Amino acid sequence: MNGQPGTQQMIRLKPKQQDLSSRHIIGLLAGIFLAVNCSLAQAEHGDDPKIEMGITEYKKTHEEHSKKAAEKKDTASTTDHSKLKELEGPFNSGPEVTKACLSCHNKAGHQFTKNKHWTWRYKHPETGQELGKGVLINNFCTNAKGNEGMCAQCHAGYGMTDIDTYDFNNEENIDCLICHESSGTYYKTPTSSGNKACSVMFEGKPPLDWTKIAQSVGDPGRNNCGKCHFYGGGGDNVKHGDLSSVLFDPPKAVDVHMSTEGEDFACITCHVGEGHDWAGSRYEMLVHDDKGTGKPGAPREVASCESCHGTRPHSNTDIIGLKLNGHLDKVACETCHIPTIAKGGVATVIDWDWRTMGKLKNGEGFKLKEYTQGDGHHRATYKSIKGNFKYGENLKPRLEWFDGTMKYTTIDTKFDPAKAPILINGFDGAHDDPDSRIYPFKVMHTTQPYDKGNNTLVYMHLWGNDDVALWGNYSFDKAIKAGMERNGLPYSGEWGFIETLSYWPINHMVAPKEDALACGECHANDGRISHLKGFYVPGTGRTPMLDTIGLLAVLGTAGGVLGHGALRLMASRRRKK
Amino acid sequence: MATYIVQVFKLFERIWHWSQAASILLLLFTGFAIHGVHRLISFETAAWLHTLVAFALLLLWIFATFWLFTTGQWRHYIPTGKNFIQVAKYYSFGIFKGDHHPYRKTFRRKHNPLQALTYLLLKIVIFPAIWISGIAYMVISFGYGEGLSDMLGSATVPLIHTIAAIAIAIFIIAHLYLLTTGHSFIAHLKPMITGWDEVDLTDEEAAFLIADERNHIKPRDDMVVHCESEPKKS
Repeated sequence: MNGQPGTQQMIRLKPKQQDLSSRHIIGLLAGIFLAVNCSLAQAEHGDDPKIEMGITEYKKTHEEHSKKAAEKKDTASTTDHSKLKELEGPFNSGPEVTKACLSCHNKAGHQFTKNKHWTWRYKHPETGQELGKGVLINNFCTNAKGNEGMCAQCHAGYGMTDIDTYDFNNEENIDCLICHESSGTYYKTPTSSGNKACSVMFEGKPPLDWTKIAQSVGDPGRNNCGKCHFYGGGGDNVKHGDLSSVLFDPPKAVDVHMSTEGEDFACITCHVGEGHDWAGSRYEMLVHDDKGTGKPGAPREVASCESCHGTRPHSNTDIIGLKLNGHLDKVACETCHIPTIAKGGVATVIDWDWRTMGKLKNGEGFKLKEYTQGDGHHRATYKSIKGNFKYGENLKPRLEWFDGTMKYTTIDTKFDPAKAPILINGFDGAHDDPDSRIYPFKVMHTTQPYDKGNNTLVYMHLWGNDDVALWGNYSFDKAIKAGMERNGLPYSGEWGFIETLSYWPINHMVAPKEDALACGECHANDGRISHLKGFYVPGTGRTPMLDTIGLLAVLGTAGGVLGHGALRLMASRRRKK
Repeated sequence: MATYIVQVFKLFERIWHWSQAASILLLLFTGFAIHGVHRLISFETAAWLHTLVAFALLLLWIFATFWLFTTGQWRHYIPTGKNFIQVAKYYSFGIFKGDHHPYRKTFRRKHNPLQALTYLLLKIVIFPAIWISGIAYMVISFGYGEGLSDMLGSATVPLIHTIAAIAIAIFIIAHLYLLTTGHSFIAHLKPMITGWDEVDLTDEEAAFLIADERNHIKPRDDMVVHCESEPKKS
């Protein structure tokens, strides 16, 4: 663990430096804002101030993941990379490190250039749709396309500023370190500068020690995956609901697999694969795995629950276990075993309203932090650059029939605005489809801009050091026009707001078994699957005709015998007179 | 022909009756909990108990069926038209006039014709409907009956099961009510507890029982002797 104390020290410096820089900017403003800012520095400690000036994003990301890095365990690897002469360095840039990596791992470069983390493109094998981060529109920040400068911080390559011109064949641009370094000191910054209002975002970071970072490589840990995937959509747990910074070190109640009190799994324990191709796609999901554990000793090839737990995971020797096993042809494991998401104190965004984007205080963007989440941190309920947010914690996922195939509303999909909310991603599934399962989702609701004339979604130009980027200029007019034109897309010139929904399949934050859903959560007439119609579920009151006839029959019989008895009584009294 | 105190319900019959009664009540209680009629117990407890008790009852029925056939007692359930009309008329009219029940237990017929028919229907229609659908439902719910539920439709099996359960509930109501139609509720109930009841025996039957089944008959010299074997009504 050489060098770790130093790492810690550098990390601790960061917040102070950021405070200083923000204080410097705000010092230019009126005294009242200075007061606000001073208390701002305390915001992280759970004290009041709801207003934060500036438009800093991803402030916490690197601090969070770095904290955990110090606890990296020794591995049983046959190679200590810090002792390799190829990694002696000195290195002064990422591509230099990559070159060194590829000099030994001579197939890794070719392998990785096929990977979604590099291509940002994905052709759906079922629907044929061209998907991937490079083209998709979501209902968070909307589009990475055209905003690579900011978004490519999570591209596993160096210097992608424009997906159309980027050299995807240059293997030396692959960023091996983002996934493989374990020093905890590695970070990425925007690949191009944004508006001056955004420049403050990444100030005050310590310089990268490329050599030390290169020597720290190993299998990806949760810090590597987490620093992008836990912060998707614009912040901690904003996007998924089941992937948050809590998973860096979760209590068992949050995640039995990842907790140190549980199995202490890294992401790659389940997301298995070979040759830089690994399991676990949200575009084409495996909603049921009939193969299960496979043959003894056979390697797992999928990230399914069944691949470890088998296809009849509950006890086959007790009644409830048998009954639970009987559910597997209709219900996904996650449905019962992830009863709630956004656990452990970090909230997820459930509603995003872009309509209020652009309110400023004295000409400056700001955040209003009026949601205090479980861990005491204040979350922005308003950001000048993004609009309003609503949060949820310990949410019950939405349950739907799902066949595993996601269908997207892409930039060229025309829709009928009257049918809003528009599904960013929709899917099929039915109770009588043997490939469908009842599956949990986080549902994201957003009100976002669309092309009113062409009835399509729009790309927005969010990031750029120019006078049209939304972030800094706060004009939908300009940002949409630039976003569409720069990508050669038809734009009617008229835009409006439309409601959209996106569905995020839930697989993480598996609860301890004692916290799994009780039967009565679904087997009830106001239960979790009451909205799923057309099939019989005991306990849900789905046979109203039978129930009515049955009740009448029972009451009729009771009435009949009572009437018979009453007549007997009357007759016997009359006889006695 | 004379009336004797005879043990009409053997120990096994009484154990069968009461454990079956308890099982059925438990099954109705847990079954209607599963169906969502009440929530006095959790669904999980209800499903567990329901399955467990159902297994126990099935086991009992296997023994009972064996007993019925090996002892020849099954003959009590053969439908008969004899006295059927009289008994039906009694429940519809005579009972209000204070008439005595037209049927008297005999050695070969411990049930009146209406009773015999009801129990027969219970045994060959309603109970099979409940246990066949129940076993099918259990197999499906344990995840081994995919083909079965595909063939019948997922709702058919539970539907049959529920209808049969309602029929049983109705039977119980009527069954309990009919206990009040004799001399008294207790008088009707007692034979199923002690086993002993008044039965009309022919002289031959009485002689046989006294000679060979001393534990199952109380010879009563002082017993009132009925001269007419059966009350005849028009």
